[in-house]
Amino acid sequence: MTAHHPGEQLLLRYARGDENIPADELWAVESHLETCAACRGRLAPEPVADAVWLELAPLLDHTPQMTPARPWRRRLAAWVSPSAGPWLAMILLVTFVAVLLDRITSLTPGDVSLVLLVAPVLPVLGVAASWGRALDPAYELAAATPRAGLPLVLRRTAAVLAVVVPSLLAAGWSTGASLAQWLLPCLAFTAGTLALGGLVGVTRAAITLIAVWAVAIVAPTVALSRTSVAFAPAAIPVWAAALALGLLVIALRRTAFTRLRANR
Amino acid sequence: MTTPTTYAWEISAHDLAVRVGRRRMAVDGVTLTMGRGVHGLLGPNGAGKTTLIRTLATVLRPTSGTLTLLGGLDLRELRRRIGYLPQEFGYYRRFTVREFVEYMAWLKEMPSRDIPAAVQRAVERVGLADRADDRLKTLSGGMVRRAGIAQAIVNDPEVLLLDEPTAGLDPAQRMRFRELLVELGTDACVIVSTHLVEDVATACTDVVLLADGKLVFQGTPAQLAAAGTDGHAGDSSIERGYTALLATPKRQGSW
Repeated sequence: MTAHHPGEQLLLRYARGDENIPADELWAVESHLETCAACRGRLAPEPVADAVWLELAPLLDHTPQMTPARPWRRRLAAWVSPSAGPWLAMILLVTFVAVLLDRITSLTPGDVSLVLLVAPVLPVLGVAASWGRALDPAYELAAATPRAGLPLVLRRTAAVLAVVVPSLLAAGWSTGASLAQWLLPCLAFTAGTLALGGLVGVTRAAITLIAVWAVAIVAPTVALSRTSVAFAPAAIPVWAAALALGLLVIALRRTAFTRLRANR
Repeated sequence: MTTPTTYAWEISAHDLAVRVGRRRMAVDGVTLTMGRGVHGLLGPNGAGKTTLIRTLATVLRPTSGTLTLLGGLDLRELRRRIGYLPQEFGYYRRFTVREFVEYMAWLKEMPSRDIPAAVQRAVERVGLADRADDRLKTLSGGMVRRAGIAQAIVNDPEVLLLDEPTAGLDPAQRMRFRELLVELGTDACVIVSTHLVEDVATACTDVVLLADGKLVFQGTPAQLAAAGTDGHAGDSSIERGYTALLATPKRQGSW
């Protein structure tokens, strides 16, 4: 291009986005800039940047700036459902109370461990709070996003277990309950909630499992005041089988969690 | 949004039916196509508007019929290009506007380096920039709605689904919202369900009228207005067209 290069004034006005440049001149400057690296170079130096900055600076004072949101919250929300916080606190509290009551009643013989009785129910509550419609206010928003689905559900479940398992570990250690007695029922109920949740919805699954547990295990145990067969060493393979079955159903129904049905 | 598309319509449904509960067909044999622009979804309560929007948002599975969104992508890729504001808009009260929209952007799998700027832009577009770092529980109902609109548009969706977005907005905010709708409709397929006929008249390029799960009418607002006569109930020509197409007789005191 041997054509005339635009003058300094015109170029400056162009850089500022001056609306009063005649259309033909604007067009000429624009097409010239497309082919002339030297003139593009003239646009870049500081005077232009300074001029733009000079006009922007006063505006910046009353334009709210991007402040980084609390980064811990973002990292936490990637694992823990934002609605599960209070429920996780409740899980810790229930475990603590169960240990306390166990300590008090262990003075009398023929007792039942309360820690064992609550162990399977706690993660169920946590899972319901993470994916259920009843406890998560933004369930519908989350269900419509690409991240919704089994990976996110498992992340949130892992976060629940990360709270439940250590707290039960401490509780079991202090009350003398053996690991296999509570860990397998706890995991089997967690898997069961998700497996049933994929079929009928997590909230319904949680209610059903807690009701079954209360009627089949807790009520007879409390009524007869002796530890149920469910906690006997012989029951361990049964719990393991239930856990495996739950995991299998979850794997088969993995796409269910991308739809609204799974929140019911 | 300048890449050429390989499909004729953003949304194309053929004989779409969606069952809600055991028996009721909330959407029953709807055939329609929608392209870019703002589509107003009108209809009486229980007409199936929310069910249709949920189906378009891919959270409900059609019982029968075919639904093709954006030429048929896999679910995950498709959802990255959808923005959705549900009717019952639930949110986390302890989050700030920015945290909430950022969290939604994360759920929508946006690249993390793009998130802060996209969030800022979305929040500015709905006019909440000065409240961006306030917790949601301190905001008024209209502001919470606008935060909901911000989360819906944060990923620059190609299909934007808004279920009753103007509920809780005051008249001035509604006007501003309609301007935003027109702006969004230039490069996306926007579907707005509403009860307010004036929203449709001013902001929509296309009207879809549903009744009892069936499609009653699809056309421009002018065509809807032309369907009504002075004999039909309503304060504006579009309202009269609406009542004419739904064939509700003009009776005193009936609902």
